[in-house]
Order: sequence, then C-alpha cells, then structure tokens
Amino acid sequence: MISVNLSNKIGKYTTFVCAILIITITMSIILLIAYKGLAIFTRDGVSLHSFFLTSKWNPEATPSEGGPFVGAAPFIAGSVAVALLALLFSAPFGIGIAIFMAEISTGWGRKIMQPVIELFVGIPSVVYGWIGLSVLVPLIRNHIGGMGFSLLAGAIVLAVMIFPTIASVSTDSLSANPADIREGSLALGVTHWQTILMVMVPAAMPGILTAIILALARAFGEALAVQMVIGNAIRMPTSLLGPMHTMTSIITMEMSNTVMGTVSNDVLWTIAFILLIISFMFIMLIRTINGGRAVMR
Amino acid sequence: MISPRNSERIATVIFYLIALLVSALLVALIGYILYHGLRVINWHFLTGAPKPFQAGGGIGPEIFNSLMLLILTLLLTVPLGLGVGIYLSEFARESRATRMIRICIETLASMPSIVIGIFGLMLFVTIFKWGFSVLSGVMALTVLNLPVMTRVAEVAIKNVSKDLREASLALGATQWQTITNVVLVAAIPGLVTGIILSSGRVFGEAAALLYTAGITTPALHFNDVNPFSNNSPFYLFRPAETLAVHIWKVNSEGLNPDASQIADGASAILIIMVLLFNLVSRWTGSWLFSKKTGQ
Repeated sequence: MISVNLSNKIGKYTTFVCAILIITITMSIILLIAYKGLAIFTRDGVSLHSFFLTSKWNPEATPSEGGPFVGAAPFIAGSVAVALLALLFSAPFGIGIAIFMAEISTGWGRKIMQPVIELFVGIPSVVYGWIGLSVLVPLIRNHIGGMGFSLLAGAIVLAVMIFPTIASVSTDSLSANPADIREGSLALGVTHWQTILMVMVPAAMPGILTAIILALARAFGEALAVQMVIGNAIRMPTSLLGPMHTMTSIITMEMSNTVMGTVSNDVLWTIAFILLIISFMFIMLIRTINGGRAVMR
Repeated sequence: MISPRNSERIATVIFYLIALLVSALLVALIGYILYHGLRVINWHFLTGAPKPFQAGGGIGPEIFNSLMLLILTLLLTVPLGLGVGIYLSEFARESRATRMIRICIETLASMPSIVIGIFGLMLFVTIFKWGFSVLSGVMALTVLNLPVMTRVAEVAIKNVSKDLREASLALGATQWQTITNVVLVAAIPGLVTGIILSSGRVFGEAAALLYTAGITTPALHFNDVNPFSNNSPFYLFRPAETLAVHIWKVNSEGLNPDASQIADGASAILIIMVLLFNLVSRWTGSWLFSKKTGQ
C-alpha cells in the first residue's frame, strides 16, 4: 500500500511530466522544422533575397541553367492576399454577430446563434473545400468570370471558416465588459446603439483585436479547403479572378512529389518554417495586446 | 441627418439581418450537403471498399479508419491533457516555467495542421520508420489535439467551486486525494462535453493526416482481429486513409468517374457525425450535470 503522502507526490510529479512533455513536443517541432527549413540557405546556398523577393520558381533547374530558382514571393503574397481578403469579408459579419449576441439579443438570439457558430466551427475543412469546389467555383465561373478557381473563391471559403472565431472571441470580450459602463452611458441619455458604438466596442477592443488575429492565424494555416479552390498556379496574386498558390497549398501539393534532401524538398520546409514563424508572431502579438496574458481558443 | 432614434432602429434591423443571414447560410450549407449526400448513401456505400478507376466504390474502410484513429488519439490525449490541465490549474505557480508551458501550448494550438503533418512525416514516418501508418497518424493527431484537450481540462477543473476543494482539504484529505476524488469528479460534465466536441474536430481533420496516415488503405480482413497480422484492420503499421482525407483524394486525383458522388456521400457522413458529436456533447453535459446536482 502506497502511503497517502507518497501518492500525493507521485501525482504531482506525473502531471508535471505531462507538462514537460508538451514543452518537449513543441520544441522538437520548432527545432526540426527550423533545421530542415534553414538548409536551403545554409546547404543549398540560396540567398534570402532570392527566396523572399523573387517570383521565379523552378527548384529543379541545375546550376548550369542558372538555377535552382526558388522565389517564394508568389506563395507568401498569395497567403497574405487570401487571408486579408477573407478577413475583410468575415470581420463585419463576425463582429456584427458578436454585437448581436452580447448587446442586442442577449436572450433567445444568443441561444440560437451560439450553436450556429459552434456548428460552423465543427464543419470539417475538406467539406468547406468540397462545397467551394462544387458550388462556389462553378458559380464564379458562370456568373463573374474566369476559371472559377481563384483568389476570390479561396477568400470566400476562408471567410466562412474564420468568421466563427471572430464572432465567438469578440462575443466573450463584449460580454466581459462591466455593466456599469453601459448603464453609465445610457443614464447620460445616449441611445443603446450609440452606447454600443462609442462605449462597449471600444472597451472590448483588445478582445476584438485578439479575435481578428486568431482568425488571421487560422486563415494563414488552413491548407486543404484553400488548396481545393484557388487553382494552384504559381503566379503573383494580381487578379481577384485568377488562379494562385499559397504557402500551405504548395506544401500540400509538392511534399509527396519531391525527394527528401533535394532543393525542391528543402524549400517546402523553408515555407513551413515561415508559416511557423508567422503563427508564433501572432501568438506574441496577442500576448502583447492582452498585457502578457493570452486568450486561447 | 438621421435622428439618433432612427439610427438606433436601423442598426437593430441590420444586426438582426446579419444574424438571419448567417443562420440561413448554415442551414443552406448543411441542407445542401445532406440533400446531395443522402441520395448517394446506402448500405453498400457505407460498408463497401473504394474502387479506384471505376464507379460504385464505397467508403467502409475509411469510416473504420476515422473511428479507429479518433479512439486511439483520445486514449493518448485525454490522460495527457488531463495531466497538463491538472498541473496548470492545481499545482503550477506563476513562474517562468509556467509561462513557458503556456506559450508552448498556445504555439502548438496555433500551429497550421499541415505543418504538424509534415513534422509527422519527418519524425514518425521517416526517422522512426513507421511508414504511412495508423500509428504515425495517431501521433500527428495527438500533437494536434493535445493543446485543445489541455484547455478543455484546465477550464473544466477551474470551474469547480473552491468550496468543494476547501471542504475536502479541511477533512484532512491530501491535495492529490482532493483532486482525484473531488475535483475531477465534479469536473466530469465539463470534461465530457469538451472531449466530445473536440472529437468532432479530430474526426474531420485531413491536412495533418495526408503525410502521416497516408492516402491509401490496404484490403482489410475484418474477421482477422489479431493486431499483429498484416491484413488485420487493427494492425498499427498499415496505411489508414480517413474519411476526410478520402474526400480530398477523390477530388485531387480524379481517378474515380463518380468522384463527386463519393465526395457528396462522404461529406454527408462527416456532417452527420459532427452534428451527432455536438448534440451528444450537449445532452451528456446537461444529463451528467443534472444527475450530479440532483436538479
């Protein structure tokens, strides 16, 4: 029979080991991806300038042809474009729903919208991709123009996927406002709408910004739904209706077509490493906004 | 100039419209998937094996793989997540180490799933030589699900009232006895709800599995239950394409003449499972709560 005190100690250390394990996993991912991702600069001799700022892509070109060409600008620009456009589409709806749930219809409205948002979150990303492919792409092709596989299609699919994040995090933040400030404002004779706009939303701003950054992080990281509808053409995203590529889609498409240790493969790890750095920067930004504490979803 | 009263009315109407629009979009999405999917789904589709290059294949092995990967993943993440959750909510003091743990959890939670997938490809598939396999897939899903589970556990445990803890400690119970016999028991409704909800996400995950569990499934002999035999469905070192991965594959490879029917049917099954996970988590949560509180 283990003594009570001993089992107390064992319990405490077991949970501590679990916590250490999570640090180990995170560190090993970061180190492994960094190690593989930096090879393109250290071993293959590609310059930072040609990786980030050029758009010529032919990693298999031999040095005698002037290669390898690994300009990743189209993928980086593609990810930025599709994520920002998705944010532009989804932020008004996300924040609108948050105001609706936290301020306008806090009773039955919130009771209905809460599960609605949870279901949006629950729909798997390949299903969003499949609906995008079978409904949205033909719709754009037939009624707006182009091939249908486009920046626009990717941004709309992403917008539907990230708006629940904006809605739920903003709602939590708006609901956490003390009732005093609303009552104070209303008591001064201000209308409810003015109160929402001038008092409640500014007071919840850190939370709303957090929501927007979390949504952006999700948009940058989403792979399959976007890859299925953007057309996967390696070019700068210059037109709304043209096909394009993103950082996640090139990894998805090319990882199985390349051999480990070659330039074509190394460059994919570099792109993955940049994705990792971007998501880490988002986390740090959220921590800064919230004064060192993080809101996690 | 619009008067404040009128702008109030206009704003209210606009917000109701947004809510209506969003709800209508959800109904349309789910309705569309179910309408198209249910026309495809029959017993043969649900149990038959896929047939590349020809129409009429099923998704039986894929459904089995999805469920198997989900269950194995939960077997790992529930205890581990509980461990970290207990540590953070009961033992951890505000220190540099705790801050480090939290930053790691957040980093892990925000990591793109395709990045976790290729990490799995490097570590589990290549370095550990597990190949595209059930085990590699389970490990990738564990990495993906662990931060979520930790969060679920921490929140559920923190929501347990302080009185219960203090009463237990006052009776002379040790901290560990209090945690296992009082706090965890009281946290069960929150834990169960969170676990089932996050199961839905694991079930629908594809990006992390493309390069770990693989995009193929060998012929499975369901009467062979020996987990060490190569054709057994329970063999851990065989490739295991899941339902979500299958939707992606039939669309990107284009080897099936009936790819769109397969994707419709498989999407409907995924959506039904997600709806089920949501409903079940709600019901069990409130059922467990009422059972324990007697309300």
